Amino acid sequence: MKNNSPKLNDRGKDFLKSMCFLSPSLLGVGIFFILPFCVVVYYSLIDGVGSKNFVFLQNFIKLFDNSAFRLAAKNTLTFSAMAVPLAVVLSMVLALMLESRIPLKSQFRTFFLSPMMVPVASVVLIWQVLFNYNGTVNEFLMLFGADKIDWLQSQFAPVVVLLLFLWKNLGYNMILFMAALNNIPKELLEVADVEGAGEMYKFFAIKLRYLSPTVLFVTILSLINSFKVFREVYLLAGSYPYETLYTLQHFMNNTFDSLDYQKLSAAAVLMALVMVVIIALLFKAEDWFGKDVEG
Amino acid sequence: MKKKRYFGRGAMFLLCAFFAVAFLLPTVLTITNSFMSESEINANYGMVFSTTTGGYVSEKVNLKFIPDKVTLSQYITGLVKSPEYLLKFWNSVILVVPIVIFQVAIASVAAYSFTRWRGKIRSGIFFFYVILMLMPYQVTLVPNYLVSNWLGILNTRWSIIFPGMFAPFSVFLLTKFMRRIPYSLIEAAKVDGAGEWDIFTKICLPQCRSALYSIAILVFIDYWNMVEQPLILLQDADSQPLSVFLSSINAGEIGLAFAMATVYMIPSLLLFLHGEEYLVEGIANSGSVKG
Repeated sequence: MKNNSPKLNDRGKDFLKSMCFLSPSLLGVGIFFILPFCVVVYYSLIDGVGSKNFVFLQNFIKLFDNSAFRLAAKNTLTFSAMAVPLAVVLSMVLALMLESRIPLKSQFRTFFLSPMMVPVASVVLIWQVLFNYNGTVNEFLMLFGADKIDWLQSQFAPVVVLLLFLWKNLGYNMILFMAALNNIPKELLEVADVEGAGEMYKFFAIKLRYLSPTVLFVTILSLINSFKVFREVYLLAGSYPYETLYTLQHFMNNTFDSLDYQKLSAAAVLMALVMVVIIALLFKAEDWFGKDVEG
Repeated sequence: MKKKRYFGRGAMFLLCAFFAVAFLLPTVLTITNSFMSESEINANYGMVFSTTTGGYVSEKVNLKFIPDKVTLSQYITGLVKSPEYLLKFWNSVILVVPIVIFQVAIASVAAYSFTRWRGKIRSGIFFFYVILMLMPYQVTLVPNYLVSNWLGILNTRWSIIFPGMFAPFSVFLLTKFMRRIPYSLIEAAKVDGAGEWDIFTKICLPQCRSALYSIAILVFIDYWNMVEQPLILLQDADSQPLSVFLSSINAGEIGLAFAMATVYMIPSLLLFLHGEEYLVEGIANSGSVKG
């Protein structure tokens, strides 16, 4: 029981104990993420691993001049702009649908959530069959006299990926909304019922207010997931997809092949800065909305 | 009035049913098609994958639910005759299982620290973990690559396993669960003279059993589905996991690809069927970035 020695005060002892528990994780995070990221920041500011001259923002300027990077950034942003609103609205609709009193509710929840468990690599075959030039979707469109579209080799390619993205991600977001709907005080909705409020009024005046922190969280989550859509694109269309499918991760992968550390580092640092701004906005907004509901 | 409500509910049910079919269809089709013979697959999808193995190829693509003749021949080819696929499946297992076990173990100790002691430094670190958790691969892969290069583990499994072990997702989620344990439980144990390690193993961990399971499932499906990390960090084709290798199965073996795609779904689908309630609880708790 030498822990009780009065020399070390309680706060110091607590600090040591807490750090003992934290150290395995902190050590790993330090070695595998923080330390190398510092080096990445350093690499982004010098002109070469050999010559080591500080060039400050030059690597970033070069990055913006790079047409492949601009294309990748534009495609990634365009995709996010389509995917995020759809992911938020549709998953909220699914959660609201499962709130109504219909039979087989828990089965529906299971079905909506199931794509999350299916590896993307396993279902791309079906996607290829559906969206091939000679595929099922085109056969179906031709029934209505529409022209065939070469889905993966045209400006419609992002739509194919978008469907895969929504299929995979809606379930997770839906669970988040269902949890938030559960937390709305029942008395409020009962009072609204007694007062004869319609479903529309209840949704906009009560539910949406309580859902707003979740709307925000799902927005951020979908935004981050939309940055990861390279996986779907790669599995569907490989390393060199049609122009509209060339994402930031493609740019990174191809830069890895040539091992241009300066370009890679500048892109990683830039992306990290963008993410920090997005996350800071999330925290601010969560504070703001949180107060609104509690107050 | 009542009639109207019943009508509304009916419409809602139909809408749900429509979505349910759309959500289930790709999975179900992959599974049923895996029981088709090579010639049937060729006939149905030859147009899509431009297979050249000969035989009858339908002019139109026939998306079929039920095979004309159910056969296990694809599975036998993939799992018994050519060991290649089993090897890739095994690659996936030995990448993912250590990550899941160690990430959850390391996270549970760290989460205990974040739960038990609060202070400026620790909440600063926690905040940093949240930011790290939200970073996409475009940010984390370059540092991972550099470290692996320094440590000489590039192109080995360890270059994926190590960063996976320390990924902060589990720490974040587990801390949220642990903070819900009533503080009186911990106080009572302290009064009884229990040390921190005893409190952790005998009180905190048993209380979090379902949380640990749900987090393990979430981590498993995340890494079972991985593509980005092996593409960059594991350039050696022999050690690629099946999630990457599936996309490189060549056009002549589409039937086989369906069967192996189905095999690859099985572990995560089994986990889902067994642990859906835990999974839902885990997701519901991830719904806010604050502890």
